[in-house]
Amino acid sequence: MANLSFVIPMAVMTVFWGIVGGVLPWLVPKGPNRGVIVTMLVLTAVCCYLFWLIAILSQLNPLFCALGSSHCGTRHLVDH
Amino acid sequence: MGSVFRSEEMCMAQLFLQSGSAYDCISELGETGLVEFRDLNPSVSSFQRKFVSEIKRCEEMERILGYLLREIRKMGIPLPDVEVSPVAPPPKQVLEIMEQLQRLELELSEVARNKEKLQRNLLELTEYGLMLRLTRGFMCRSERDQLGPQYEEFPFLEKDNVTGCTSMQRLGAKLGFISGLIQRAKMEAFERMLWRACKGYTIFSHSELDECVQDPDTGEVTKSVVFLISFWGDQIGQKVQKICDCYHCHLYPHPDSAEERDEVLESLKTRTQDLQTVLHRTDEYLRQVLDRASESVCTWVIQVKKMKAIYHILNLCSFDVTNKCLIAEVWCPVNDLTALRRALEEGSRKGGATIPSFVNRIPSNGTPPTLLRTNKFTSGFQNIVDAYGVGSYREVNPAPYTIVTFPFLFAVMFGDLGHGVVMALFALWMVLCEKDPKVTRSKNEIWQMFFAGRYMILMMGLFSIYTGLIYNECFSKSLNVFSSGWSVRAMFTELHWTNETLRTNPLLTLDPNVTGVFNGVYPFGIDPIWNMASNRLTFLNSYKMKMSIIVGVLHMSFGIVLGVFNHLHFRQKFNLYLVFVPELLFLLCLFGYLGVMIVYKWLAFSVRDSSMAPSVLVHFINMFLMKTDGETPLYPGQMVVQVLLVVTALLSVPVLLLGKPVYLYWLHHGGRSQSSYRGYERVQRGSVEDLSVTLSQDMEEGVSHSDHSISREAHPEFDLGSVLLHQAIHTIEYCLGCISNSASYLRLWALSLAHAQLSEVLWNMVIRLGLRTDSRAGSVLLALMFILFSVLTVSILLLMEGLSAFLHALRLHWVEFQNKFYGGTGVKFIPFAFSLLPSGLDQDGLMGEAPSVL
Repeated sequence: MANLSFVIPMAVMTVFWGIVGGVLPWLVPKGPNRGVIVTMLVLTAVCCYLFWLIAILSQLNPLFCALGSSHCGTRHLVDH
Repeated sequence: MGSVFRSEEMCMAQLFLQSGSAYDCISELGETGLVEFRDLNPSVSSFQRKFVSEIKRCEEMERILGYLLREIRKMGIPLPDVEVSPVAPPPKQVLEIMEQLQRLELELSEVARNKEKLQRNLLELTEYGLMLRLTRGFMCRSERDQLGPQYEEFPFLEKDNVTGCTSMQRLGAKLGFISGLIQRAKMEAFERMLWRACKGYTIFSHSELDECVQDPDTGEVTKSVVFLISFWGDQIGQKVQKICDCYHCHLYPHPDSAEERDEVLESLKTRTQDLQTVLHRTDEYLRQVLDRASESVCTWVIQVKKMKAIYHILNLCSFDVTNKCLIAEVWCPVNDLTALRRALEEGSRKGGATIPSFVNRIPSNGTPPTLLRTNKFTSGFQNIVDAYGVGSYREVNPAPYTIVTFPFLFAVMFGDLGHGVVMALFALWMVLCEKDPKVTRSKNEIWQMFFAGRYMILMMGLFSIYTGLIYNECFSKSLNVFSSGWSVRAMFTELHWTNETLRTNPLLTLDPNVTGVFNGVYPFGIDPIWNMASNRLTFLNSYKMKMSIIVGVLHMSFGIVLGVFNHLHFRQKFNLYLVFVPELLFLLCLFGYLGVMIVYKWLAFSVRDSSMAPSVLVHFINMFLMKTDGETPLYPGQMVVQVLLVVTALLSVPVLLLGKPVYLYWLHHGGRSQSSYRGYERVQRGSVEDLSVTLSQDMEEGVSHSDHSISREAHPEFDLGSVLLHQAIHTIEYCLGCISNSASYLRLWALSLAHAQLSEVLWNMVIRLGLRTDSRAGSVLLALMFILFSVLTVSILLLMEGLSAFLHALRLHWVEFQNKFYGGTGVKFIPFAFSLLPSGLDQDGLMGEAPSVL
């Protein structure tokens, strides 16, 4: 299994959403809306990271294969 | 502030207003909009209240103002915009305004009456003139044809006093003439009636007027016909007269000779000119008066409205024994108490009172209303939460979490990059032009709905862009940003495919077992190869269903965890152990474990053992039945773990069912011999949630010992039966709900599938036709197809699917998420504020544009 192609995206996304959800909330200036903004940042980070994670985990070990029909799509893939 | 997570703390206060300055104090409170007044005279009808005469006066003023506005509107005079909202006038100024208004009304009605009379006169004169002109034509004709030179034979002419028509003597018979105008619509009937009644003894000549004359009675423009009836005999004359009256003809005296006719025409001309000048002058004067009035009419409208509101509030207050002071009971947010005091001081100062009005906080035993302060961004989300039910006093508010989870769930069901971009751009446009008055004042209800939700739509669009990128769908086409992880070339090199293979086999399988075919997972989203695969749906369905379950279980667990904050706030620690823990265990042991199994299967099973890959669903069902059914275990020790989980879940049901009632029963009956302090605490905790809410509120207020005795007497009967029933219903609802709600989240899969399929159909059947034609006409066809494509995309995919996904995401929030922790049985706090008043005159459309400042 090509591990590198999994580790790099994993690291990048985890770090990115980690910054959005974990670091940015501390940088929000104090004001009446601080609570709302912090909640929004954390929830956005959690939801988006989770969604991406589910997408990548489900494709990690494909159990079956893409069935192509022999029209120009497959030919195009072959040539590239 | 942090008040967005929980509603604000409220207190009941008594306002003691000095009679002289009560009006000004309430006016000040109305400007600042701090408090909600309670009705202290609920048994008194509205006609018996104290300030009824003042309200009647206000309504009279409103009536006159409405009349003024209608007249101003009719004249077409523009109304100036009110920049700064005027304050309510003091009572002395009110009489001035009333007097001015009455004077204006009198003047206007008089002028209007005169104008009407003049116009009627003018109409008569014009008609007479036209009629004379046209009948000259008749007479000339008849001269030539019938009467001929014998016209001069009739020397004397008598004016018949009875019929008022001129008659000529001819051979002993009187020849009479009646001339006038009749409406075009009635002419045929008139003619027929004349013929039948007079049996041919009349000659009826008519000709149509080219000019349209305005009827002053109805204001309509009707076509009229000039007629001339000549008849023989007196009796006929009377009959004709009666018939003319019947048909509402305008009769005018017919001149005897040509000279007389010319004379009359001349005089008519001068008279008409005079009348027109007078009318013109009257119009100018009317316009002047209305111009002057229009300057202050808008201000007056607002002032009268505010005054009426103040008197309504004054009616809610009660007088104290000395009759010098008004007492009002209000709900006030605790944070605003200082502002309230300041407002009262300001009001007293304006009213010139010797003794200032003051505020006194009192303990209350009713449930306070719920106040949640929102800004223009959060108000949309708060509205959709409140639409389900306004939160109970001081319970956790789901709105700040809804700001993200609602657009996210919407986007999961809507996920398409192209559609998301269009939606986000539309919302961005609405947000950028939100200051434009033309946009804010539009009366179109559907546009107002979209505009009120502009921030929500913007969030929905942005999240849809993200999920569209992950689903890899842009108008149903996939983007190949990073190179696809699947390679067909490898099949050629490893399995020795040839072009022959491609030609002869309609369907080919890429075998991931062959090295080089699957080169690694696509780093962001769904691999674009699936867009070309014919078993695309098989893969996507499995992926989306599992995703829905995982998202659903996490969303519901989040809801249960939010309930912890409620338990902690209302000092019901026992709820933590007896309600929260069993609920969480039940959900996570069963459906959380399902999620774990899903993830485990993704990680542990690859294509090498795909033939033995277990079905998660089968394992899940077997878990309940506690048998293996010959399936290979997912992991060693699976049976033990699953039995443990099922037993834990099953055990948490009786704990949930009986734990709380038994504990409350023990508290109420078993702890009676404790110390008095414990007793106070016990009473506070042993009662049902309502009372504990108010008592905990009292504890927060710091009203301590004086209430000690009150709370002792005030604790309700502890009814084991009702608590048990309540808890049983809650348990059954929760446990069955866990299963049904988890399945309910599968709508995330269903709607995203529907959206993807619709999108694909639209592409394949519409645009692809345009892109595939190779001839010159293809460009025209492509343009047409694009128009059709865009119209269908906006109407079906954006509007219809968008509305559908919106509703389903809303249902998921209202039912599946909120019934884990939300009560929603509160009352909204509606402060007395002038800015919230509905404007009655606006509803008639008389004001034209509503003032933006109130």
